[in-house]
Amino acid sequence: MTNSPYIPSTEDDKKKMLNTIGVNSFEELLSDVPEKHLQPDLDLKEALSEQELNEYFQLISNNNFSSKIITSFMGGGAYNHYIPSTVKAMIQRGEFLTSYTPYQPEASQGTLQVGFEFQSMIAQLFDMEVCNAGMYDGPTALAEAALMACRIKRNNKVIIHESVSEKTLDVLRSYSKWQDINLYRYNDVNLDDDIEYGCLLVQSPNYIGEIEDVEKLAEEIHNRNGLIIQHTYPISLGMLKPPGQLNVDISTAEGQPLGVPVSFGGPFIGILTCKKEFIRQLPGRIIGQTVDKNNKISYALTLQTREQHIRRESATSNICTSTQLIGLMVAVYLATIGPDGIKSIAETCYHRAHYFAEKLNKIEGLKLLSNNFFNEFVIESEKDLSKIITLLQENNIEGGIDISDKESKKMLFAVTELNSPEIINKTIKLLGGESD
Amino acid sequence: MINKEIPLLMDQSKSGRKAIKLPEVGVEKSKLPNSKFLRKDISLPEVGQLDLIRYFTNLSSLNYSIDTNFYPLGSCTMKYNPKINEQIASMPGFAASHPNQTDEKVQGNLRLMFELQEELGEITGLPGVSLAPLAGAQGEYAGLLIAREYHKNNNQSNRNIALIPDSAHGTNPASASMAGLQAVTIKTTNEGDIDLDDLKDKVSEKVCVLMLTLPSTLGLFEPNILEITKVIHDNGGLVYADGANLNALLGVTKFGDLGIDICHSNLHKTFSTPHGGGGPGSGPVMVAKYLENFLPYPHVKKEGNEYKQYKPENTVGRLNGFFGSFGILVRAYAYIRSLGKAGLKEISESAIINANYIQEKLKNDYKLTSSRYCMHETVLSASQQKEDGVKAIDIAKKLLDEGFHAPTMYFPLIVDEALMIEPTESESKETIDKFIDTMIMISELSKSNPKEIIDAPVNLPVERLDEAQAARNPVLIWAKK
Repeated sequence: MTNSPYIPSTEDDKKKMLNTIGVNSFEELLSDVPEKHLQPDLDLKEALSEQELNEYFQLISNNNFSSKIITSFMGGGAYNHYIPSTVKAMIQRGEFLTSYTPYQPEASQGTLQVGFEFQSMIAQLFDMEVCNAGMYDGPTALAEAALMACRIKRNNKVIIHESVSEKTLDVLRSYSKWQDINLYRYNDVNLDDDIEYGCLLVQSPNYIGEIEDVEKLAEEIHNRNGLIIQHTYPISLGMLKPPGQLNVDISTAEGQPLGVPVSFGGPFIGILTCKKEFIRQLPGRIIGQTVDKNNKISYALTLQTREQHIRRESATSNICTSTQLIGLMVAVYLATIGPDGIKSIAETCYHRAHYFAEKLNKIEGLKLLSNNFFNEFVIESEKDLSKIITLLQENNIEGGIDISDKESKKMLFAVTELNSPEIINKTIKLLGGESD
Repeated sequence: MINKEIPLLMDQSKSGRKAIKLPEVGVEKSKLPNSKFLRKDISLPEVGQLDLIRYFTNLSSLNYSIDTNFYPLGSCTMKYNPKINEQIASMPGFAASHPNQTDEKVQGNLRLMFELQEELGEITGLPGVSLAPLAGAQGEYAGLLIAREYHKNNNQSNRNIALIPDSAHGTNPASASMAGLQAVTIKTTNEGDIDLDDLKDKVSEKVCVLMLTLPSTLGLFEPNILEITKVIHDNGGLVYADGANLNALLGVTKFGDLGIDICHSNLHKTFSTPHGGGGPGSGPVMVAKYLENFLPYPHVKKEGNEYKQYKPENTVGRLNGFFGSFGILVRAYAYIRSLGKAGLKEISESAIINANYIQEKLKNDYKLTSSRYCMHETVLSASQQKEDGVKAIDIAKKLLDEGFHAPTMYFPLIVDEALMIEPTESESKETIDKFIDTMIMISELSKSNPKEIIDAPVNLPVERLDEAQAARNPVLIWAKK
């Protein structure tokens, strides 16, 4: 009898196979393993039945506040957006879910065509010329974009604008640490000096929601022969001018807001787009359109000579397995909402956020610090923030993120279409304000 | 399978169609930002919901997948992805939990991560575990960062060489480059074992780390492993094990016992999380006790009855936005708990028996790279078939025609016309026998009618592609016809 439903070999099957191999026992096959380290005891938990497994994980997941909340105003790099039923239905298809990387294009046209759709729709949303099939997540996409710009410009000086989140910057530090890359703060460099730089990284809307003047920054860095890299929030592109219209050379984003659950921070997808002239330096997988031998339109992984399995130590990156399935979610999401949908969602986020911010600003002891923001804003509080958080928590509402510093107590709120007007009004009232 | 071209969404698009009804703004509208920041138009497909569902459903039917086909894909461990794990990962308590929530609100998640850290540490014998890496390559990179930081801490930053066998995966040298290490190639024997003389020649006080795949990429267990780790340690270097082939070692041996200091594991291989057509993956990194302080952050620890995220003292830093591929961690942990100790041991046992059975049954028709017993995979060479004009790629395509996914081909690079076959424990003897019969049929056909193999595939949605054309003149996004 076998111990697991995932192993079909019966004792009899194994015996027959061992006979064919010409050994009496499984252990005879392990003759190369040092004997004193063979088959050590494993101190692991015992197996659970499927029903027990379900109960065990239900119990663990119920230990998270998220199992109870009715609404959340938490953003800061991961955003709660509505995930259409179409996305959920398509992600469950085993033909997508359980397929391998499409190295055999004849048996992978589904994955490949979806990937091509992802690249096409992202390029349209960003108004950029090309896009790869996806990076791990937003911060790693930005870090790889910076490395890419340094290679293109053969200049390892990277300027970081203060709009970039500290978390993202930490990832860039881990990615660049041993590569002789020098990181500078935008406020510490003088772009009027006659020094050239590899690139300037800007995040807009920035890590606290403000819209930056990317076009102006692009001009500044272009004058110093560097590239401009914009990290953005893809939903905002339903309202805000896309990177391609701001003179941006490379644009990255966290793709999670486009139909992917927040799921404690992953799996997400990193979006990486650029001008066509840079494709040979683009890391990650790229899907291209071609024809088969009967001239039928078909799709394949392309420009693979950039990649680690061909170029090894000279590859553009070590990335291999990335995020194809999350790319499917994004593709189904964008195709579902369409051009009017992305506009509508962006507007809903914007107006509800501004409404909420203005109402909070009127509450005594609270002050809105943000000005030109999209859907994320900062509220300064005279009162102890923990009281606000607890009050909201008792009502099953997740407040914003505590971003207090030495100077003041502050909270970062994100508002999306999932925060209904009723919930927003309820929250305003709970905090002592008046709704419309 | 559908044989007609399926037009791209933009070519089906019709202005005014929609696939979803969205909510109204519902509050008083505020003033918009300055018009210089505003977008004028946007182009995306406009399709009805049914057409959208049909489009993606029909596309899915063009794929091979584990749910539909056997993937004897060496080094990739394409095993069954249990359905219950998908159900568990989508529980609202997990899927809706936000990574910026404070520790007391995500005790469930942190507990799960802590328990998974413990199990992976025990399985590999390397108790310091970080779940942060988002795929195997990032796990490798994390491992190399740890090695560099460790040497730096001992005032040995000048150790800047990574020794890498010529049989290694491409990610090894690529990761070494990213970590600022010079990749120095170590020769292997024609059975893929490390050439001990070459290793001893090249080891020096400049060596940061040896990157070793165990079992090797030829599917064999390195017989001199204890001597190899000793040679490196005697010279002050560290040994990193690429855990891509961990499916062979569950309960068979532990990396930590063999003198290995650092390893990673691909959860989307050994621990059954779905490959998703190329990710998302997850590549936790495991280290010996003395390296724990260098692990990436955030890391999870337990204090009393509470679980906390923390930053190890000498951490190599943050590798991604949040906690790693959490949804994948949930699935992997569910898999481990559903198997338990006995089940996990049986995984490797069954995977190894299956691979040896295939090797034995095919040895008269294909050239073996080694006469030794293999571990979880066997590497065959199509060099005999090549004499009749049939190459490894042709055999691969013919297998596709017969309903099997192709084996990994032309890897490892040191084997001529390599066909790397990994059956995993998921397949029944009946499926494996059918595969063996098909391989033998193809070998016979290579003598009697090689053209039929060279013309394959003919039963799939497309025939062989012009991949050169795709690279020469890249068409990477939709364009109006």
